Amino acid sequence: MTDIACDVLVLGGGPGGYIAGIRAGQLGLNTVLVETHRLGGCCLNVGCIPSKALIHVAEEYHQTQKNADGKSSYGIAVKSPTLDFTETMKWKEGIVKRLNQGVAGLLKKAGTKVVSGWGEMVDGKTCVVKTDSGTTKIKAKHVILATGSHSVELPFLPFSEKVISSTGALGLTEVPKRLVVIGGGYIGIELGTAFAKLGAKVDIVEALPAILPHYDKNLSKPVVARLQGLNIGLHVATKAKGLNKAGDLLVEDKDDKEQVLKADKILVTVGRRPATEGWGLQGLDLTMKGPFINIDERCHTSMRNVWAIGDVTGEPMLAHRAMAQGEMVAEIIAGEKRRWDKRAMPAICFADPELVQVGLSEKQAKDRSIEIVVGQFPFLANGRAMSMDDDAGFVRVIARKDNHLVLGIEGVGAHISELAAEFSLAIEMGACLEDLAETIHAHPTKSEGVQEAALKALGHALHI
Amino acid sequence: MGIHVIKLPDVGEGVAEAEFVAVHVKPGDVVSSDQTLADVMTDKATVEIPAPVAGVVKWIGPEIGETVAVGSEIIKLEVAGAGNEKTAEAASKGAGKEAAPTAQKAAETTKPKAAPQKASEKITAKNPSQNAPSSPAASSAITRSNGAAPKHFRAPDEAPLAAPAVRARARAQGIDLAFVHGSGPAGRITHEDLDAYMAKGPTAPTGGTMAPNTQVEEIKVIGLRRKIAEKMQDAKRRIPHFAYVEECDVTALEELRQHINKSRRDDQPKLTVLPFIMRALVLAIKDYPQMNVRYDDDENVVHRYGGVHIGIATQTANGLIVPVVRHAEANDLWANATAVKRLADAARDGSAKREELSGSTITITSLGPLGGIVTTPVINHPEVAILGINKIVTRPIYNDQGQVVPRKMMNLSSSFDHRVVDGWDAAEFVQKIRGFLEYPATLFI
Repeated sequence: MTDIACDVLVLGGGPGGYIAGIRAGQLGLNTVLVETHRLGGCCLNVGCIPSKALIHVAEEYHQTQKNADGKSSYGIAVKSPTLDFTETMKWKEGIVKRLNQGVAGLLKKAGTKVVSGWGEMVDGKTCVVKTDSGTTKIKAKHVILATGSHSVELPFLPFSEKVISSTGALGLTEVPKRLVVIGGGYIGIELGTAFAKLGAKVDIVEALPAILPHYDKNLSKPVVARLQGLNIGLHVATKAKGLNKAGDLLVEDKDDKEQVLKADKILVTVGRRPATEGWGLQGLDLTMKGPFINIDERCHTSMRNVWAIGDVTGEPMLAHRAMAQGEMVAEIIAGEKRRWDKRAMPAICFADPELVQVGLSEKQAKDRSIEIVVGQFPFLANGRAMSMDDDAGFVRVIARKDNHLVLGIEGVGAHISELAAEFSLAIEMGACLEDLAETIHAHPTKSEGVQEAALKALGHALHI
Repeated sequence: MGIHVIKLPDVGEGVAEAEFVAVHVKPGDVVSSDQTLADVMTDKATVEIPAPVAGVVKWIGPEIGETVAVGSEIIKLEVAGAGNEKTAEAASKGAGKEAAPTAQKAAETTKPKAAPQKASEKITAKNPSQNAPSSPAASSAITRSNGAAPKHFRAPDEAPLAAPAVRARARAQGIDLAFVHGSGPAGRITHEDLDAYMAKGPTAPTGGTMAPNTQVEEIKVIGLRRKIAEKMQDAKRRIPHFAYVEECDVTALEELRQHINKSRRDDQPKLTVLPFIMRALVLAIKDYPQMNVRYDDDENVVHRYGGVHIGIATQTANGLIVPVVRHAEANDLWANATAVKRLADAARDGSAKREELSGSTITITSLGPLGGIVTTPVINHPEVAILGINKIVTRPIYNDQGQVVPRKMMNLSSSFDHRVVDGWDAAEFVQKIRGFLEYPATLFI
């Protein structure tokens, strides 16, 4: 058994873990990161990055198909396109690999050692890692738990060749002819849309009365329209029951009537659960909060010098949250005074069109009895949106009525994910409507919608 | 109803601007004609700005400490009739127009609606109490010309609003932003707010005895204090001072003074030492006219005056003022005493006229009973000499016969501008004054 002694041990090399590893290394802490699989975690390997690659290909293929069908708005015509899905996957893998190597390079540059293998905590300071070359015992002054999360499996639909998780969907070798997606949250909608554009007949089953239940109805409206345009079957208020003998999905609709949805593949995207098993958490006896590890505002657990970050600590399970936590914890360990005081946590759904939500929604603000003013600007009136042939959607700014403090910004529209940064910055900086309204927004861009929405809330929009 | 605009009047010859030092009214106040609205200060005189007509104060432009150009608008009154706002209208229109709806808005939000709006109600309800003494929320909004939302005050459970950089700095300093006042829009805490908080320090804990008091009060150097500061700084920067101190036997002078005081008529003021010293100064200057000058060091010209205009440094409640006894060479003791008393009173009650506060050619400074042993007075630029009087004490002195006798002794502490006054001359000048004071009969020859 090899013994390693270090200042900081990071368990898990996902976005939270590797950022913690890089930052701790940068700060001169002797740091070891343990990861079983490839660096970058779900996000990089089987989540954010590969799904966005697939969505991009799907959109390209879809547009080309549209052009081939003579549906181009502006005169492009092509012959019927073909898709070599193996090449698609190879390209996607190439991106993932490049990023894997990038993360490894950054860790190395920061002086952080990576141990590949399955790590298990023996106590609050000791981790035993089973590597290819044997067992390594790591003793650390500080431990950062960043074990992440898994796709939730339905008990009556265990993952198999046919029933797949998002990881399985991103590793398919061919586009399924018929795909049923269970769960109309952001992952299900993103992947369902992508496979529909790649040619699959897609059905989406959602138990709640609407898809994208976490978003405002007005925001999801353009998405629903587009899903319908792609001929995707939307089965809301419908529950999956299991497979029938033919291997198709049995569902129960809102009137308790049973239906059969034919499927070559069934993608289950009903949520994610924290990865709390198999790495010795039970032995640590940390205070939990539901299924998650309980943390304070410094990401400290109930055990001294044991920290936890990312999905294992709760919602929202977002890579950028984990990254910010990882950076913070590394700095705290290095002696800096920090605590979690973020105001803005952007949430993006790469549906078609994309959705962004930062801060409070109109409903959340009203639920808190805050008097608000709301300004909304439709991309219908935005030159850039028109010139990109997609004017669906809008930007909406929610602000306090009394002092115009911006509480939330949300929007839906093509490429609107790139505006998320402005939304977040405004809220993090404590901007008021006047700040947004009086900042010149470059013309012609979709960002003009943010300024106009703020002007609208102030009562003097210029372009509507 | 019309608006009467009050502009900063021409407050003195050659004065282009004045400092706004005090405001006696606030927006919403009803004022009568001739009521004093504000004080502005020029070079050295404070000028009162009276209300030309009766009305209601609508707007006060400058902040305390702000320097205002002659002719600029300072106060607006709402008056019966058309008012005088015609030419000024165009300029002020924007501000007035924008402000009105904001004020209305503020008033609206202040009105609690029946519905449960806990958070917002709490916050808006706080507005009036925080907005300056007794002025309603609406009036504070009027002074805000940019039409921004009304000032915001945090509810107790509300997270402080600050940019990440400000938060990081606060964290590093161990400051809880919940205790920091935010001056930005919506109560946003700026770097400057944090600076101000850090300068002030945390509020000292109460209850404990002998706790260290870490409070630092911020006192703006404005008005007369600023003038004094500028003047002193200027004098010390420009003038290479040298001090000369000599002791002076004033036993005979004191005997004479007491005798005169006993036998004075009722209409004559009680004499202090000062009129005698003024007389001595006038006589000494006859031989040393280079001490009675104003030195224009920018032009390299010394203006030597025939008349002796003696500045009398006077402590007032607001600070040091130097009223001037003009043509002291033409005054006898009584005239000097009368002039000094009148001017000191005028300086103290603020009624001294501009010309009574300028034009001195040499200055006397006295701390009276606090006179001390030695002072190093600062020359009243552009003069070149200043004479300080220290306290009179009875000390044992050897007389000509070698006997120890009690004598009333007083030191003369003087400073001179070494650029134009040589040490030798200065010493002779002071010896001359000493001679007059030790043999007071010579004052009257």
